[in-house]
Amino acid sequence: MMRKLLFYFLLSVSALLLFFPILYALSASFMEPHEIYAGKLLPSSISFDAYKEVFESIPLMHYLMVSFWMSFIVMVGQLIVSSLSAFAFVFIPFKGRDLIFYLFLATMLIPWEATIIPNFLTILNLGWVNTYQGLTVPFFALPFGIFLLRQHFLTIPKELWESAQMDGCSRFRFYWKFALPLSKSSLSALGIYGFLTTWNMYLWPLLVTDSDKVRPVQIGLKMLIANESSSSWNMVMAAVISILLPTLLLLFIGLKWIREGLTAGAIKG
Amino acid sequence: MQEKKHSQGSNQSLKKGTSSSTVLTKVTHARPKNSDSANKDGIRPTQSRQNKQPGSRYHSQSRLFMSGMVYLLPALVLLGVFLFYPMAKTLYFSFFEVSGGGQVQEFVGLKHYRELLHSTEFIKSMKATLLFVLYTVPAEIIISLFLATIASEKLKGIGFFRTIFSSTLGVSVAAGATIFLFLFHPSLGVLNVILETIGINPIEWLTNSKWALFSVAMTTVWMHIGINFIILLAGIQNIDQELYESAQIDGAGYWARLFKITIPLLSPVLFFVTIIAVIGAFQTFGQIDILTGGGPAGATNIIVYSIYQNAFSYGNFGFASAQAIVLFVLILIVTVVQFYFGEKKVHYQ
Repeated sequence: MMRKLLFYFLLSVSALLLFFPILYALSASFMEPHEIYAGKLLPSSISFDAYKEVFESIPLMHYLMVSFWMSFIVMVGQLIVSSLSAFAFVFIPFKGRDLIFYLFLATMLIPWEATIIPNFLTILNLGWVNTYQGLTVPFFALPFGIFLLRQHFLTIPKELWESAQMDGCSRFRFYWKFALPLSKSSLSALGIYGFLTTWNMYLWPLLVTDSDKVRPVQIGLKMLIANESSSSWNMVMAAVISILLPTLLLLFIGLKWIREGLTAGAIKG
Repeated sequence: MQEKKHSQGSNQSLKKGTSSSTVLTKVTHARPKNSDSANKDGIRPTQSRQNKQPGSRYHSQSRLFMSGMVYLLPALVLLGVFLFYPMAKTLYFSFFEVSGGGQVQEFVGLKHYRELLHSTEFIKSMKATLLFVLYTVPAEIIISLFLATIASEKLKGIGFFRTIFSSTLGVSVAAGATIFLFLFHPSLGVLNVILETIGINPIEWLTNSKWALFSVAMTTVWMHIGINFIILLAGIQNIDQELYESAQIDGAGYWARLFKITIPLLSPVLFFVTIIAVIGAFQTFGQIDILTGGGPAGATNIIVYSIYQNAFSYGNFGFASAQAIVLFVLILIVTVVQFYFGEKKVHYQ
């Protein structure tokens, strides 16, 4: 009994400390400016004025939509490209397959940040600055996603592919009708991971967008901090909460898949 | 790689004549490989037609190669254009004087690298980067390991705590850094408000060069706890429960079980998390851009931020490319060293 109480105590204190920054941001977003100045922890009453103000003063809704589409496009792109490659690595035993696999493995050694200068020039030369292509296409090939799905495809019994072949099933049909549906859990994990990381991306959109046209919300937030005076912290926190809400919800709903999918590589590999 | 092992293993075990059950299971695993060679031998009616043509063996090999390539093409093209080519181009740029628009002007050999070695700014930046790794990695691992340990208890409502502990994975670098920018605010920030109420002088979290890097590190640790926690918790849950049960029968207490079972068996996962954390620290950018802009006086100008500034604020592409190569080599060394030493110390199940 004492043991249980001790653990609940540790868990509660840790949860409170860890979640404090988010709780405080939420609390501040409901405050009036004078309450912020007074350094209060909790608002005297819940006011949505800061939300109204921030959505009216900057195109926050537009930024959120841009982030949504950007993340959605990257997610779909990653799922298609990764699953096609993983399928080839498992179901097509062609010559040189191992060599290409090691080539893909070696990409893990290249920090993406070390390539930003030529990548920026590529986007510039393609005329992709301020476009969705520029924001998304460079991230479609995700070696981590390829390894994750390869790991899952390896668990599909090879007899299934054999008997499908005997029934005259083409390779692509097998990929589409069997391999993908049988890997729903890994695909979900990868999809959620891709969406989250793209939504949270910062350096690349900073480089390849310089107008509101396709400005993701993370960069919108930076502009808000840079332009607003310190008096409007309640507005800034309202913007922060609006940005956090979609990803936190997605994380809470998809946590089960993420834990199963993302940890498989670290634990079993 | 795995299926290859299986197919080889099956042939060997057949020859050696090991127990029939293992042979059977291995043979079923090995089948696909055989089935592809079976195509050539014409076991199946559809394939036998092909077999009548001369040179069909070569034909089916090249057909397999072609279809493999079709499936791999998108990834190969994308990795080529956005990873391998720019990595090579960065190396190329590092030997040249390059204008802000990307025009290569003249070959300068190792000039940029020599400048790097003599640049006080770069040496300061490297020191800050290494210090940043020291500030973040151990703290991240210790805190996440603690949280994973207490969250692995089987208690009612534990799911709620696990969700909270995972939550910072859903916090973007911009949003997280903005919250901390507010927490660190010299007069309005809650951290200084707390310090003042307990009678301690307020701290200039972001404007004092002694504190700024520590403050950025604190923000980073907080943001990275979520993912490390998720991986470590899964690692703990993956440990065989019977080990704990038999340890308990032997009278081992909580601490003995933690240090004699959990942590040794978790070492491969801890090792993996450490690599990810070190590499993550080297790649830090967003929190610095929002919190300090590399300041005060370059105290938080760690490597990726420095590359960004030299390239995109000062248009010094050649010099920034040389820095990017240093970043590449640094991460390469860390990975190799960690694998080399980790391989020896780590306990694999």
